[in-house]
Amino acid sequence: MSTASPSPAKAERGVLTKKSLQADHPTWCPGCGDFAVLAAYYKTLEKLDLPQQNIVTLAGIGCSSRFPYFVNTHGGHFIHGRSLPFASGVSLGRDDLHVFVFGGDGDGFSIGGNHLDHAGRKNFRLTYVIMDNFVYGLTKKQTSPTSPQGFKSKTDPWGVFDRPTNPMRKLLSSGATFVARTHATQIRHMMEMYERAAKHDGFSVIEILSECVEFNKGAFDAGNPRKGGAFELIDETAHDVSDMAAALALAEEAWPGKFGVYYETQQPTKNRLEKDLVEATRAKVGHKSDKELLAQIFASMR
Amino acid sequence: MPHNSANPIPAREELIRDAVIRLAGNSQDGIQSIGGFLARLAGRNAQEVMTYMTIPATISGGPSIFQVRMGTGEVLSAGDEADFLLAFYQHSYEDHIGFLKEGGVLLYDSDHVEPDAQDTRFVKVGVPISALTVEALGGSSREKGKNLFALGLLSRIFKLDVVKLRAIFEERFGGKAEDVLRNVNLAFDAGFSYPIDNVLDRYFAFHSEEGQEGAAQVTMDGNTALTLGLIAGGVRHGAGYPITPWSTIMEMLRQQLPKYGGVFVQSEDELAAVSMAIGFSYAGRLAVTGSSGPGISLKMEALGWATMAEIPLVVINIQRGGPSTGLPTNVEQSDLLQAIYGSHGDCPRVVLAAENVEDCFYIAREACQIARKYSVPVFVLSDMSLASRIEAFDEPDLEALMIEPTLDTEDRPEEFKPYDLSRVTRHAPPGTWIEGGVFPQVTGLEHDESGHPSANPQMHEKMMKKRRAKIQQIAEDLPPSQIFGDSEGEVLVVGWGSTWGPIRETVIRERDRGRKIGHLQIRFINPLPNDLGEIFNRYESILVVEMNDEGLYGYGQLATLLRARYCNPAIRSLTKTDGLTFKIKEIMLGIDAVSPIQATTR
Repeated sequence: MSTASPSPAKAERGVLTKKSLQADHPTWCPGCGDFAVLAAYYKTLEKLDLPQQNIVTLAGIGCSSRFPYFVNTHGGHFIHGRSLPFASGVSLGRDDLHVFVFGGDGDGFSIGGNHLDHAGRKNFRLTYVIMDNFVYGLTKKQTSPTSPQGFKSKTDPWGVFDRPTNPMRKLLSSGATFVARTHATQIRHMMEMYERAAKHDGFSVIEILSECVEFNKGAFDAGNPRKGGAFELIDETAHDVSDMAAALALAEEAWPGKFGVYYETQQPTKNRLEKDLVEATRAKVGHKSDKELLAQIFASMR
Repeated sequence: MPHNSANPIPAREELIRDAVIRLAGNSQDGIQSIGGFLARLAGRNAQEVMTYMTIPATISGGPSIFQVRMGTGEVLSAGDEADFLLAFYQHSYEDHIGFLKEGGVLLYDSDHVEPDAQDTRFVKVGVPISALTVEALGGSSREKGKNLFALGLLSRIFKLDVVKLRAIFEERFGGKAEDVLRNVNLAFDAGFSYPIDNVLDRYFAFHSEEGQEGAAQVTMDGNTALTLGLIAGGVRHGAGYPITPWSTIMEMLRQQLPKYGGVFVQSEDELAAVSMAIGFSYAGRLAVTGSSGPGISLKMEALGWATMAEIPLVVINIQRGGPSTGLPTNVEQSDLLQAIYGSHGDCPRVVLAAENVEDCFYIAREACQIARKYSVPVFVLSDMSLASRIEAFDEPDLEALMIEPTLDTEDRPEEFKPYDLSRVTRHAPPGTWIEGGVFPQVTGLEHDESGHPSANPQMHEKMMKKRRAKIQQIAEDLPPSQIFGDSEGEVLVVGWGSTWGPIRETVIRERDRGRKIGHLQIRFINPLPNDLGEIFNRYESILVVEMNDEGLYGYGQLATLLRARYCNPAIRSLTKTDGLTFKIKEIMLGIDAVSPIQATTR
């Protein structure tokens, strides 16, 4: 589990470079789709040029969730399935931070599936990237919630029976206010999705098909033109991203489906609503000091 | 209290020091509110007061009681026996007459209760409470308001301060529709003016103690005190999930924190609640999460992360009867070992236990201080009995106690390491610039000083020691343990949490009988104070009293811990799991069992 000794390049305040964003060398297998997901993240951050100390890179558990160690920002490697509520706390606690969460299909759709529904519903201001490889890789090839029927894993050696989760349908029905889908072989498209997600004021989710070369090789070739597949983009002149029914219809398209922004809407964020509540309440209590407020409660209990 | 008497002689006044009044009815009768009014009145009169209530685990209805013990002098427990029983229904009478002491007063609603005519042990006072209430309120109210009618009766019988009571009504109902307060006063007046002296031969008046009037006392239940302690301790953020009896804390935090610029989130589940609270803390906002037994179990994995990642956090457990759904509205202290050891792996954290309602305030505040200072999760254990029990206590001095929260995102020097082995970790939240620009990783994987994963066996040992040593450091900093009563002698009664009152009262009685007995209530359970071994050596027996099971080997949870640490065979255990708080006589019997009375007269 030990990584190469950490010797990240030094960062300079106010100057964001790819070099200053690099940290430990990634521990992923050679050829893993996650390298490209990481590279696109560096480039996007560079482009967004946010204050480096205000970027937070968080993750749950899984191969992909090693992400924060490879990025020189404030980072948190949380427990399996709970990265979203953890990140929601970070986001809600601090308006000045830019919160990015990374994880896999197990984290997002299986053990943490319930949190997705509620983070979407509550519309926390953060970006969640699901690196979906349709298999449990860190634990070496068990069935994942997105493993297709018939996939032979160590827990389903005769082929998976259970119907897989439809990631887009799940994300759309969670209430997430920005839902996009991309492919780890398409760096420019990934960057575009990252950037739009990062700039979205609300809960933004991107599913990235990121191949596990060790346990699910070739799984996403159908979406990769270089492997004879088709990377078909959503035409936003024809698809109204604010139309939920249209987005759900896209989610039902046959494999490999389309890539791009399925859905985007502006809804008040939890961050905004809570802030408004605080401001209204503070005004109502005459902006009294904390001590005066507490003293008032005690006085009412005399 | 009076002797049974049927003589129609004029009522006279009897001075009493304290009285235990048990109100028995159904949960929708509002007996909790009259109990609450009595408690607040006692608090304003600088009297001591303690309440005890049971609520059914059903959504609405079901038998319920509220017991108030009020008086001058120290009130330490809600009382083993009642001096006065108010029974609204036949079942209230039948279920609770056994708690009325001989010679005590049974006041009953003669519209619903028919007491056993053969039973001459009590002074029986029947009043048609239901009919008179309906009459007073104009007949449209069904039986609503009979609680206030009964309060009127009690006010007459106990010569309560009616002016102060009316002020309390005004505060409680003044904001509502005009006729609400009018009806309250009508029902109260009807009870108060009932010619009770036709059926009762005396009134009671509490001793007034000189010099006590004016001492500002506040009256509240334990969950309220705990919530206010968190606010005084600087908590402005938190997350939780509803469960009895924790819920009232999260409700109050949700309603109060916005005033202080904070936020409390009702999460989708317990796992999300603890994770979100950890997220707040990681972001530099000391946060709280809490629950009761089953919910705490669900939080355990994330709590392990907080120990490993060294993130400050306050965790409240309002214990109830377990295991599983158990006895959701009864009291138990069976989550002690869970609080200390509940997560997987060796996972040291701090565990504190509040000993009474007042202490709920102070210990919650202290938990915040420790969590911040040592960057560690701190458990606060309370229980069902403290949660809903109302006590009056001296108003805390906020000038001295208030801790304003600060966000520490000061620049850190280049040599900053999130897990520096040479010092107690001080978390650098996001937003903090690190000179040289190498940002910290905060993680649940074993890590090196920089927070990067390390499976190096020596590093694991060093980090294990680091996490352990800071908890040991807390023990070094604890004040000496306070013994009440004899500092050496026959028996030291040791308790933790809400057993404080019954133990203290027992020890006072035993010492009055001439026995050499001390009382030690342990507030810091993990780490334990370092002076216990030496203290234990001064007594022939150490009796550990707790509301949990004796376990497979005959010892309760704290007793098991103390025996393991001190290998002292004089440490004995008194446990029970009947869902009720300890009675004085139960503890007296426990003391007799480990130290028979003959020993004192040798």
